[in-house]
Amino acid sequence: MSKVMVVTSGKGGVGKTTSSAALGAALAQAGQNVVVVDFDVGLRNLDLVMGAERRVVFDLVNVVQGDAKLPQALIRDKRLETLSLLPASQTRDKDALTEEGIGRVIEELRERFDWIICDSPAGIEKGATLAMRFADVAVVVTNPEVSSVRDSDRIIGMLDSKTLRAEGGERLQKHLLLTRYDPARAARGEMMKVEDVLEILAIPLLGIVAESPDVLTASNLGSPVTLHNPASPPARAYTEAARRLMGEEVAVVTPSPQRGLLSRLFGRRAAA
Amino acid sequence: MSILGFFSRGRSAPVARDRLQILLAHERALSGRTDLAAVLQKEILAVIARHIPIDQDKVMVKLDRGEQVSTLEIDIEMPDAALAPAAMAAARPPEAPAARPPRPRPQPRRQRP
Ligand SMILES: Nc1ncnc2c1ncn2[C@@H]1O[C@H](COP(=O)(O)OP(=O)(O)OP(=O)(O)O)[C@@H](O)[C@H]1O
Ligand SMILES: [Mg+2]
Repeated sequence: MSKVMVVTSGKGGVGKTTSSAALGAALAQAGQNVVVVDFDVGLRNLDLVMGAERRVVFDLVNVVQGDAKLPQALIRDKRLETLSLLPASQTRDKDALTEEGIGRVIEELRERFDWIICDSPAGIEKGATLAMRFADVAVVVTNPEVSSVRDSDRIIGMLDSKTLRAEGGERLQKHLLLTRYDPARAARGEMMKVEDVLEILAIPLLGIVAESPDVLTASNLGSPVTLHNPASPPARAYTEAARRLMGEEVAVVTPSPQRGLLSRLFGRRAAA
Repeated sequence: MSILGFFSRGRSAPVARDRLQILLAHERALSGRTDLAAVLQKEILAVIARHIPIDQDKVMVKLDRGEQVSTLEIDIEMPDAALAPAAMAAARPPEAPAARPPRPRPQPRRQRP
């Protein structure tokens, strides 16, 4: 049974694209057949984060409009053969996408993949509503910070009203993914605590990804962080989140500010 | 963090710069006509379809954008039946001159950026 999963947030820059690539790669590393679809028409970035930018020929808009067949637009990852990318168009605008067209593409993707991960653009407009429209599962990416939490609340409301599943009275699984969490600042009371965010948004927690220089390194190199450095803290957090998505019971560990001397030294240096 | 991760950490920024330079050079050069690959594919296929019946689903297009040279690879699968004289005659418009069938698997085409 294939699953369509939207990665969404409302607010921009919270880590949707990073998370789509990392979760997609983690699921693919676990043997699942995965496609990650970039819905950010006009501002595509998933191709860069996944290191496929030189190989894009056709995109989602071409497929929706019938200028290309789906297999022609899919880009298979060079490192992981179970991972594919369907890029967004860089030149067209989001009006080139229609609900009917996207629905057709999603149906076709369902025949080929176990997971169809939709990387939503920021905002609450057409691009974001189309990305969530066909979802069975939603990952709400949130930073522990007031405006991000507020926007997530708004997005959760849309997931409950504007998706096909919601309209049909079916259940849509929602998960909270807390990213860019800074344990030191949380300990000093400068950042909202995990419990606070959970209490406000009241959806189950999928994982906590700490702020980490490994994320920047991975995106510089064009590799999902779970592929680039699987042992790094963000990669572990994403890999565990992927296992939870597959139905495994894995306890969520809140990153703590206590770190070894080495990583404290280097962590500080990298942040300077 | 792994030892390798530590040593490679300082070196990722130049990689990012190089990747962006190549990508942006292509995006700027093509601005306004980014559907070039789509147009090329359509026209090349139209030419081939004049001579051989082809199944649009069996066409793979691959691109690799490089610093100096990019390659556009169009891979067309042709069942042997399509190369039989009867099928060829059917595909050929009456006014077209008899053409020799091209090689079954065209070599990758090179295209300068
Ligand atoms: N855990 C993390 N630690 C450090 N940096 C991070 C982390 N997660 C994301 N980032 C950085 O935050 C920035 C925004 O991330 P990303 O592009 O994934 O967000 P987005 O939600 O997709 O943005 P947009 O709304 O523009 O699509 C990037 O520079 C990324 O490298
Ligand atoms: Mg994004």
